[in-house]
Amino acid sequence: MSSVEGDIIIPVSKPSPGSAGDTGLWRVFKPVVHEDRCIKCWLCWLYCPEEVISEGENGFPEINYSYCKGCGVCADVCPKDAIEMVPD
Amino acid sequence: MPLTIYDLMKEKGSYLPGSAACPGCGATLAFRIASRVLGPNTVYVVPASCFSVIQSPFPKSAVGAPLYNIAFPAAAATASGVWRAFKTLNKEVNVVVWAGDGGTVDIGLQALSGAAERGENIIYVCYDNEAYMNTGIQRSGATPPYALTKTTPTGKREPSKDMPLIVAAHRVPYVATASVGYPFDLAKKFEKAKRIKGFKYIHIFSPCPPGWDYPVEKTAEIGKLAVDTYFWPLYEIENGKLKITLKPRRKPLKEFIRLQGRFRKMSDEEIAELEKMVVERWKFLEHLEKSERIF
Amino acid sequence: MGGTWEIITGNHAAAIAAKLARVKVVPAYPITPQTTIVEYIASFIESGQMDAEYIRVESEHSAMAAAIGASAAGVRAFTATASQGLLLMHEVVHWAAGSRLPIGMAVVNRAVGPPWNIHVDHQDSMSQRDTGWLQMYVSSNQEVLDTILMMFKVAESPEVLLPFMVCLDGFVLSHTYMPVNIPDQEEVDEFLPPYKPPHWSLDPENPITFGNLALPDEYQEMRWSMDMAMRRAHDVIERVVEEFRERFGRYHGGVVWEYKLEDADYVVIAMGTLASEAEVAVDELRDRGVRVGLLKVRSFRPFPHKEVLKALEDKRGAIVIDRSIAFSSGGPLGIEVKASIYNQLDLPIVNFITGLGGRDVTYQDVEQMVRESMDRILSDRVDRPYYWFKLKPEFEKAEIREGY
Repeated sequence: MSSVEGDIIIPVSKPSPGSAGDTGLWRVFKPVVHEDRCIKCWLCWLYCPEEVISEGENGFPEINYSYCKGCGVCADVCPKDAIEMVPD
Repeated sequence: MPLTIYDLMKEKGSYLPGSAACPGCGATLAFRIASRVLGPNTVYVVPASCFSVIQSPFPKSAVGAPLYNIAFPAAAATASGVWRAFKTLNKEVNVVVWAGDGGTVDIGLQALSGAAERGENIIYVCYDNEAYMNTGIQRSGATPPYALTKTTPTGKREPSKDMPLIVAAHRVPYVATASVGYPFDLAKKFEKAKRIKGFKYIHIFSPCPPGWDYPVEKTAEIGKLAVDTYFWPLYEIENGKLKITLKPRRKPLKEFIRLQGRFRKMSDEEIAELEKMVVERWKFLEHLEKSERIF
Repeated sequence: MGGTWEIITGNHAAAIAAKLARVKVVPAYPITPQTTIVEYIASFIESGQMDAEYIRVESEHSAMAAAIGASAAGVRAFTATASQGLLLMHEVVHWAAGSRLPIGMAVVNRAVGPPWNIHVDHQDSMSQRDTGWLQMYVSSNQEVLDTILMMFKVAESPEVLLPFMVCLDGFVLSHTYMPVNIPDQEEVDEFLPPYKPPHWSLDPENPITFGNLALPDEYQEMRWSMDMAMRRAHDVIERVVEEFRERFGRYHGGVVWEYKLEDADYVVIAMGTLASEAEVAVDELRDRGVRVGLLKVRSFRPFPHKEVLKALEDKRGAIVIDRSIAFSSGGPLGIEVKASIYNQLDLPIVNFITGLGGRDVTYQDVEQMVRESMDRILSDRVDRPYYWFKLKPEFEKAEIREGY
């Protein structure tokens, strides 16, 4: 679907990830998951404001660094300190 | 039915990562959870608010469900029109207003009140970051006392409007408060609202790192502390019957206040003053809870 | 001609038009002199004659916002307002047009306050002239009904997609009974098929975000696109008017309506019921040997620049009567007429401001305006951009002393 049909230009936008670009570039600190400490409680997934955490192939949290803004909420809520914020 | 994290994980939300939202945005977190419960068969109406920007600029959008942006005062009226149109088309769709506190308690109050009184079959959500954040932090009717904003540079002097009770006074079938600090409570309330016919109102406490001036990683923690200190009680009013949905052991208000730069000018006495108000309000809610019907 | 005849008010005609157009959602808020339109619609719906949702909104701002929501969800929406109501709507009147939603609205023209005044002038709708709405001004109750039906078709045509307002003079039409032919529903259904949004609607099967932030890189073309659509609407109106004439045998004019223009030396230009008075004045003047004709501007948006220019070619002068005022500048119609001929014709134009707040303007008044204008034109005394007409004598003097 297009927002332009001939000269009818309508402010209609298409849903897409990365709608504001590669927001991972905003990051100063990067969350790193220490799988040895992770108990898979998924609180990081629950509280991530950016929807960038998912279950990776190995069953542990996987972070989409293209869009992760590095807010650190995941590390803050992790009960096992299994997510570490490291300079990016 | 108890809701688990796995239930939420398997639902498809309508928030797509990489949006223009600030890091640690409470409104975004609220939307992520709520949109999972509401599901894709939902139309959103958004008045001027941070969420107008969070969607990201044309021609892309961070929202994966139909969304209509409308002028500041008009969200509840526009949602009414959307719902009535679907009614004529025999379409069952969740029609949801997703509004900020300015668009709800101030400029949008009239349209909201009208839609509530008419009993429009919509869910009105106020994600409350307690000031006009999109325009750069000005006080609203939802700003708590003592908070610093650009238009209250020495701190707000007036208490905020009690919006959930104002809406409840319209005798609508469902009113609830929620906080991003307690996502399951939030999710359950959306689940309930989805099943109820008529006007539903959910008011979500949504911390704002730049607006409240706290470390960006503390969004969830502040969302929790607001509830745990009784600053933001979690309750619901179903058909006029009020129920406090979470009764935590109260923590000192100071723990919540001292995390946030917006309260930095508060003296210990002022915190004590505010704490008194907060506890009185909790008692008031407990009192209401004892009534068969509050409205 | 089929249909049935009834003797009804302009407001009743507007309500019947909404019913015949099978409008699906009607947000309604009362305001004099519009109120009976939404009252009639309420009775149609409650008595089962009309299958539509009726939203008893709490303000006109919400009325338009609800119409926008309904139209965005893909159905035909209609509302009606006047004066202060239209002014309160203003923000969302823009929003409807920017959304390219073909919403229909009857505007019952009424003066704006303060002081309170419920009588006709065009200040209310003129204040909306640059919102991107199509604007038609009508001068009979039949024209009210027919124009609403025609304009839904114009507005919904894929090359236009703009909302429209049909402007009818408060009380003069809204509350005055006239014979009106009411077309058969089947005929209307054939003329005006159900609305299908051609580009987008709020549909969970096909999610889109409407109206999010557009940066300077993107915005201007959206407004250009509205302007294109508005300009294109000119031909669409002419087309639909012809189609209507063929099917229903009635014609009220296209973007303009011409009367005795061909051999005229002078042309009166007016809108709404003032044009009806002017029509009588033209006959009266011609009886006394004055060669004058009438150009009734029906479509103010899009503005019929081409037709105005054509009508004024080879004429000696034009008399433009406005029922509103662009303070210190003139009448909105007068300003447009001057723009139409600028750089094309060297023609004196005498622009009158009159009839504000319901001050009666009769055909004799129009005759007098024509005579005064002819005097000025023939003695080369068209010395101001506009003239007030029918001020009380003591103010007339002050007006002349002050100059402009």
